[in-house]
Amino acid sequence: MSEVTLKINGEEVKVEEGTSLIEVARKAKANVPSLCYNRKLSPFGACRLCMVEVIKDGKSRLVASCVYPAEEGIEVQTESERVVSFRKGLLELMLAAAPDVKVIQNYAKRYGVEQPRFTIEKQNICVLCGLCVRYCAEIKQAHAIGFQSRGTNRKVVFLPQIALKICPDCKECLSVCPTKQLPEIYREQVELLLENNAGDSASS
Amino acid sequence: MLPVKSALELEQLRDSIIAGRDPAKPSIALCSGSGCHAYGSEKVAAAFEEEIQRRGLAGKVDFRRTGCHGLCEKGPVVIIYPNDICYVQVAVGDVPEILAETIENGRAVERLLYVDPVTQERIVSEKDIPFYKYQNRLIFGNNPKISPKHIEDYIALGGYSALSKVLTQMTPEQVLDEVDRANVRGRGGAGFPAGKKWRTCREAPGDIKYVAVNCDEGDPGAYMDRSLMEGNPHEILEGLIIGAYTIGAHEGFIYIRAEYPLAVDNLRVALRQAEEYGFLGEDILGSGFNFKVVVHRGAGAFVSGESSALMTSIEGKAGEPRPKYVRTSVVGIWDRPTCLNNVETWANIPVIINEGAEWYRSLGTKGSSGTKIFSLVGKVNNTGLVEVPMGMTLRDIVFKIGGGIPNGKKFKAVQTGGPSGGCIPEDQLDVPVDFDELTKLGSMMGSGGMIVMDEDTCMVDMARYFLEFLSDESCGKCIPCRVGIGVMLQILNNICEGKGKPGDIEILEDVAKVVKEGSLCALGTTAANPVLTTLRYFRSEYEEHINNQRCPAGVCKSLIRYHIKPEACRACLLCLENCSMMAISGWLRRVHIIDQEKCNKCGTCLEICPPLYNAVEKIWFKELPEPVAAGTKVPRLREGVR
Repeated sequence: MSEVTLKINGEEVKVEEGTSLIEVARKAKANVPSLCYNRKLSPFGACRLCMVEVIKDGKSRLVASCVYPAEEGIEVQTESERVVSFRKGLLELMLAAAPDVKVIQNYAKRYGVEQPRFTIEKQNICVLCGLCVRYCAEIKQAHAIGFQSRGTNRKVVFLPQIALKICPDCKECLSVCPTKQLPEIYREQVELLLENNAGDSASS
Repeated sequence: MLPVKSALELEQLRDSIIAGRDPAKPSIALCSGSGCHAYGSEKVAAAFEEEIQRRGLAGKVDFRRTGCHGLCEKGPVVIIYPNDICYVQVAVGDVPEILAETIENGRAVERLLYVDPVTQERIVSEKDIPFYKYQNRLIFGNNPKISPKHIEDYIALGGYSALSKVLTQMTPEQVLDEVDRANVRGRGGAGFPAGKKWRTCREAPGDIKYVAVNCDEGDPGAYMDRSLMEGNPHEILEGLIIGAYTIGAHEGFIYIRAEYPLAVDNLRVALRQAEEYGFLGEDILGSGFNFKVVVHRGAGAFVSGESSALMTSIEGKAGEPRPKYVRTSVVGIWDRPTCLNNVETWANIPVIINEGAEWYRSLGTKGSSGTKIFSLVGKVNNTGLVEVPMGMTLRDIVFKIGGGIPNGKKFKAVQTGGPSGGCIPEDQLDVPVDFDELTKLGSMMGSGGMIVMDEDTCMVDMARYFLEFLSDESCGKCIPCRVGIGVMLQILNNICEGKGKPGDIEILEDVAKVVKEGSLCALGTTAANPVLTTLRYFRSEYEEHINNQRCPAGVCKSLIRYHIKPEACRACLLCLENCSMMAISGWLRRVHIIDQEKCNKCGTCLEICPPLYNAVEKIWFKELPEPVAAGTKVPRLREGVR
C-alpha cells in the first residue's frame, strides 16, 4: 500500500492509502464521536455520528469517517460548522429515541443539545449499532446474535439454536454494548429460556 | 441449424423466419400486460383461440398474447395486423364480431375503435390515437409485435443483430466508446452515465466481474420495468450480453421481484430459448465468448432496489445497503467489480449499437439523451405507460398524451420519481423533463413514476403517504433514516389530524436535513423529498392545517365532517342503509342525521345520495350547522316527488 497525504483540520498528515478517516482523525488527535465503530471490527456505518466533512476537488460533502478511505489530497474537517450542525440534529433524534442512554447524553452535552423538540412513541434503548453482532461473528465466529425485522421494528436477537449452547460460557459481547442494554436483552432471550428449560426438565 | 454459430448463420436464420411468414396474413395481437390482464384479457384470449378454431380460421390467422401496449386505461387492447386496426376495451362477447368483420371481411368494427374525447371521432390506427401520437416508442414500441415466449418474433424484428455486430466487428473498447458517446444515463433513478460506470467496472482490478440487471421496481404506481421484462425480455438480455462482453464478465445476474410472476416466467423462457439459439452459454455466435445468466428473485423489500442492498441480497443475506464510498462497479457482488444497470438502461443498448451513438444523441436533450418510459398514473384521463424523448415538457405529457384531468377537475401537481421524488406544481409544468431539470425542481427522474394529482389532493396527506411507505420499507440500519423518517411521519400524522403545533414545520425541515445529509443509502437521502418539495411549493397548505385545523382539499379525515342538509333530505333511507358504521339515524319522512361520534368519514353517504336530492355535503371550511332535532319531518314537496 502506498502512502497518501491529506489535510485534517488544517494539519497535513501522511497515512497509508485506504485507512479509514476515523483512524486518521485519531492519529491527528481529533476526537470523532461514534457509537458503532470499533477498530477491531469491520466498519458498519450505521450510527452516522462519525460523519465528517470532506472537501475533494472543491466539493464539500459529509461522509461517514469509519468507512471513508483516505485519499490523496483531500481535506477533512471533523468539527466544521456543517458537521456540528448535522451532529446536533442527529443527537436530537438519538436523544428522543433513547433518552436514558448515558453515552448519548454525554455526546448531547458535548454538542449542546438539551431537550429534544419532539417525543418518539416507539423508544428503543438499543441503538442497533451492531457491535455485539459483529463481535460475535468476527471475533468469536459464533454467529449467535443477529438482526431481526426491518425499519423501526428492527432488533437484536440471540439465535436460540446457537445461543443456548454457547452464550452462557462466553458473554463477552455484553461488555461491548455502548448502551448497556445488551445484558437486559440477553437476560430476556437466553437466560430466561435456559431457566425455563431447566424447570421443564426438572419437573418431568 | 441450432445453435447459431456465426453472424452469417444468424442472418440466414432471420431470413428464413421472415420468409416463412406471409406479410398479408392477418395477425391478432392481444395485450396481456399487467393492466389488460387485470381487465380480463386472459378470458378474451381463450375466446379468441376457441372462436378461431370454431370458424375454421386456424392457420389462416395468427394470434398472440403480447406484453403491455401502453394504453392501460382502455384495456384489453387488441391490434390487428397488417391493417393496423386498434380495438380498445375488448370483451369476450366482441370476439366473434372481430373475427367475422375484421378477419373474414376486412372491415373495422366501428364501436370498438378508440374515440377521441375531444373530437368524438373514431380512430382506426393505433399511431393516430393522441396517446400514442406524441410518443417515440423506441424501446417499448415492439411489444405489440412480439410474443415474449417466442424468440423468433424478436429475431424477425432484427433481434440479436446488435450482439452479432458487437461480437464479430467490434472490440470491447469500441463498444464502450459507443455507449460513452451515446451518453445514456442510468434509467433506474440516479441518472449516472452508463458508459462511465461500464468503464470503471472494465478497468477495475480483478479477473472475475459480473453484470447485473436491476428489476426490483418498487415505486408505488410504477410498472415500466415489469412491462418491459414481461413484454420484451430478449431486448434486455441482448443489452446485458453486450455489456458483459464489453466489461469482460462471464456471469450475469437478473434480480427480479418475486411479485412479478409473469415477468419471471417470460424471462426464464427467454433465457432457455436464448441458450438454445446460441446467444447464451459457451462460444456465443462462434466468437469464443462465454456468458451465463442467473435469475435471482427478490423477497419483496423496496430497499433491495438500492445497488449495494441488491448485491447483499444476491449474496444470500438480508437486503441491506452497505456503505459504498468505493463504487459497486469496483467492489460489488462478493467484493468483485459488478456493473449493475436498470432494466430500461440495458434495453437501450441494442438500439445504440444498431443506430449509432450520434443518432441516439439526436434524441432528447443535451444532458440526457434518448427516450424515457414513464408510468403515467393517478388523476389523468389516459393512464398507462408512455415513452417520450427526454426534454418533452411535463405539460405535454400530462395533457397531450395523458389527455388531461378527468371529470373537469383542476390540475394540482405531478409527483415524479416515486416515493423519493417530489411534487411539481402547475407553474413549473413547462419544464422539459430530463435528469437535471427535475433535480433542479427538488424532485427527480427516479425510475419514471409519474403520479398526477388533481385539486382534490391534500399535499400534506400525500407527503404523509409516501413517508409511511418509506418508514415501512426502511431497513433500519442507520439512525437518521430509521428514527428520522419516523419522527417526520409522526409530525405529519399530527398535522393531518389537526393536532399540528406552531414550530412543526421548522422541526420537519431540520429533521429532513439530517435524514438527507446523514443517511447511509439513497432510500434515506431522498426520503425527505416529498416533505421538502411540498413544503417548497405548498407551504400554505401545511400552515392552514396547523393554524386553522383545516384541510384545504377536504381530504384529511379528522378535519372534515359529513352533514345532511335537513332542507334537502328526502328521507329515502339510502344513506342510512349503506352506512357501514350505522351512524345515520332517521326514518321514512324523517330527516336523516349523521352521528358525528360514530362517523368514520368514509364518504359513502355522499356518493350514494341521489344527485336529484344532493342532500349530503362535506364540510371543511365552515362550522358544522346546528343539528336538527331527531324526528324532524322532511318538508313537503310538490306531488310526485317523495
